[in-house]
Amino acid sequence: MKLKQLESLLGDLQQFSNPKIELEQYPTGPHIASRLLYTAENSFDDISNKVVADFGCGCGTLGAAAALLGAEQVIGIDIDSQSLEIVSMNAEDLELDIDFVQCDIGNLGWRGQIVDTVVMNPPFGTRKKGVDMDFLFVALKVASRAVYSLHKTSTRDYVKRAALRDLNASSAEVLCELRFDIPQLYKFHKKKEVDIAVDLWRFVPKRSRGKDS
Amino acid sequence: MRLLTHNMLSSNIKGVTNGFPLRIQVEKVVEKQVEINHDFLRNIFPKIDWKAFSDASRIMGYNELPEEPPEPSVLESDVEFLGKFHHALLELHLEEGALLCPETGRKFPVSKGIPNMLLLEDEV
Repeated sequence: MKLKQLESLLGDLQQFSNPKIELEQYPTGPHIASRLLYTAENSFDDISNKVVADFGCGCGTLGAAAALLGAEQVIGIDIDSQSLEIVSMNAEDLELDIDFVQCDIGNLGWRGQIVDTVVMNPPFGTRKKGVDMDFLFVALKVASRAVYSLHKTSTRDYVKRAALRDLNASSAEVLCELRFDIPQLYKFHKKKEVDIAVDLWRFVPKRSRGKDS
Repeated sequence: MRLLTHNMLSSNIKGVTNGFPLRIQVEKVVEKQVEINHDFLRNIFPKIDWKAFSDASRIMGYNELPEEPPEPSVLESDVEFLGKFHHALLELHLEEGALLCPETGRKFPVSKGIPNMLLLEDEV
């Protein structure tokens, strides 16, 4: 599938109707999502025929992109019932086979590293401090191949140190810097649109057991 | 929820030592066909907890899987077995029902195929 086609399909997905500020619900734009997944697949072979989990899937943009690029099985995890309703409809509209689980990522009970790749656009931690690193902590326990994640560029050094030193990553690379459009979703937003610099990261977890995959 | 997902989910209630596997309570199972991928099945096979998987498949109404895991060589040549493995792993969906914590018996409801694993305050 061509990048433009992927971006176009993702642009048709339904998004949050009543985004919840305390969960930092923002849609992952089709521009970022398509490039994230395209890179994961074409540069690293991390998506097609693999088991991919989308942590904090929201309306499912990243998970849908993974499915469209040939992931064998996609699992979307989110805490919010309303998002899960929307993402279920989105999956049905695009005829994608995605399993969903309603869960708080911090309390996720998960066996082993059967998931190959985790893709996520975690909350940045502006409402609940440290939640972005909570997501990364769990992702690195669950994935066996790679974790793709978006974090504010302003936190770059901190994220790298924490990932390598505390969160069991064997490598942590910024693949590129992107501009994340935050449209005027919430009442406290004064500007019509705001651009935030975010880093697209690829983390490789240390393997907990010496199994070949 | 497919059995592949069930094979990864565990109960994370405070105090529980081993929350895997979750016991399945069936109210409605739906079958949805998906294309078979032999290579994928061969790759995922060593990662699957076979006992949990084959037990779960029987509860879901599918009785074709052996209780003991087959030798890996079976996956190389036995296309019929691959078909059964594929069907149980990816084509059976628990649409309505519940997953039960194996230690506490606490029910996690499954509705429209989505398990609700949200914990209460005193379970965290």
